[in-house]
Amino acid sequence: MDRIPILRMGRLLLVTIQIDLYDRLATNLETDLVQMVNKTEAKGVLIDISALSIVDSFMGRILGNIGSMSKIMDAETVVVGMQPAVAITLIELGLELKGVHTALNVEKGMELLKEKIGNYDEDLTEDDEDSTE
Amino acid sequence: MGTDIAKLLQKKQKRILENWMTTQLSNISLREDLMSNDELREQSAEFLDTLLKVLTEKNLGNVESSDFEPVHELLAGISLSRAKQGFTPAETGVYIFSLKEALLTSLQTDIKEDPAFLLDAVIRISRLMDYLCITAFETFIKGREEVILRQTDEIAEISTPVIRVWDGILALPIIGTLDSARTQVVMESLLQEIVASSSTIAILDISGVAAVDSLVAQHLIKTVAATRLMGAECIISGIRPEIAQTVVHLGIDLSNIITKATLASALKQAFTMLKLNVKKVETIKSGI
Amino acid sequence: MKIVLNKDRMLIEREQDVILFRNRVKEYAVKIGMSLVNQTKLITAASELVRNMLKYANGGMVLIEVLSQGRDSGIRLVFTDKGPGIKDIALAMKDGYSTGKSLGIGLPGTKRLVNEFDIKSTVGEGTTVSIIKWKNG
Repeated sequence: MDRIPILRMGRLLLVTIQIDLYDRLATNLETDLVQMVNKTEAKGVLIDISALSIVDSFMGRILGNIGSMSKIMDAETVVVGMQPAVAITLIELGLELKGVHTALNVEKGMELLKEKIGNYDEDLTEDDEDSTE
Repeated sequence: MGTDIAKLLQKKQKRILENWMTTQLSNISLREDLMSNDELREQSAEFLDTLLKVLTEKNLGNVESSDFEPVHELLAGISLSRAKQGFTPAETGVYIFSLKEALLTSLQTDIKEDPAFLLDAVIRISRLMDYLCITAFETFIKGREEVILRQTDEIAEISTPVIRVWDGILALPIIGTLDSARTQVVMESLLQEIVASSSTIAILDISGVAAVDSLVAQHLIKTVAATRLMGAECIISGIRPEIAQTVVHLGIDLSNIITKATLASALKQAFTMLKLNVKKVETIKSGI
Repeated sequence: MKIVLNKDRMLIEREQDVILFRNRVKEYAVKIGMSLVNQTKLITAASELVRNMLKYANGGMVLIEVLSQGRDSGIRLVFTDKGPGIKDIALAMKDGYSTGKSLGIGLPGTKRLVNEFDIKSTVGEGTTVSIIKWKNG
């Protein structure tokens, strides 16, 4: 496998990283995601890293880059499911993942994105009758 | 000369054991409450047997010879178990020293007629027994250290209880000193519980922390940062006036952290963040 | 006194080796019963150093050793490369310094993750970095 699949869900893009990424795979993901954001005019990107046991400064930079690049294309990025050991290690290493939001799990990440993207629901209400407020 | 000290002792093994047991049993430090006399006899017999079996004229002069490995091993085991059972160092000392005495007495009766040889034999046996005694004490102390370490771990574990105060809100009261080892434990158990209960707010109460210096503050800041990285928010409560004073005097910047004076106000803040509202129930006045 | 219980060597030449190397380190860390957090710290530190090696010296050799000291056991990793070397180690160990276009947290950040960190470098000859992480450290 040399590409991480990116799922589209309305105005959101979902990525689940299931394996430890070697560098090429990670840089590919960055390029692919940014292109997808542009093509689909996505408003939010959700990246699930719960299966990652290691996030080093390289992977941290990729995540940060995705966040910053999406931001200037008007999309918010949420990284969800970070392992406690990974969080402790990143803090010790001195990386704070500026530019991305974080959430505990996919569900909470979705909520956060909906909150950040005000008009997300409006776009969907057209074909969804029982809309949430 | 032709007299072999090792052979001499091996021949008298039975008598030496009897002597040794007599000394041990008559000693005031005998601990029948910790070990029965039969058990003691069995242990002593096994040890003496192992010792005399490996003892030769050649290795007697060389206490560091690898021939003694099984003896050291056995002795370490005995010493370790004694440490854990609660024997005192003196009681363990008596165990080895009374054996030395028994060995020397045996030699004394056997080589009466040759004082020079006797002296030589005594010196060599003493040296060997002293060396064994060092092993005994080293492992004895190691045994005690193990007990202490286990207790330290236990204290660290029980002193970081993570409490679920509300659906989605965790609290962790910290009592005592907050060093880097402790911070690691606190951080780990807090983050794990955050994931397990999928709580979005954690309250770290430091009213039980004796003093906050810049190092402790740094640990707190790290814990908050790690919590945020996971996608949860961390409130620090229990800031006593003294702590506020030292924090400002030391020039520590806590402005990025939500701090509250009491756990109650931290909880209130948490409710606000979760958009919860606590209301007093209006008691309906019963008619007339 | 540190006693070496086990030795293993691994050649690092391509970026794919990073993942293989991390898995190897993880195997040893799990074998000695290192806690998950310490494992993560060690492997992250190893990952940082191995990337440095690939980036600045096109690879090198890593020695993995299982150590024992008293009642504690740990893992030592020695990274040796024949790259350009580091001119000013003190400067390289400062937070925020980097010659490459990374975040500049490489060496000092890595040092914070492990118990012992030692670096030697000769310009034109290469760099050797040695780290130790104790099981309970």
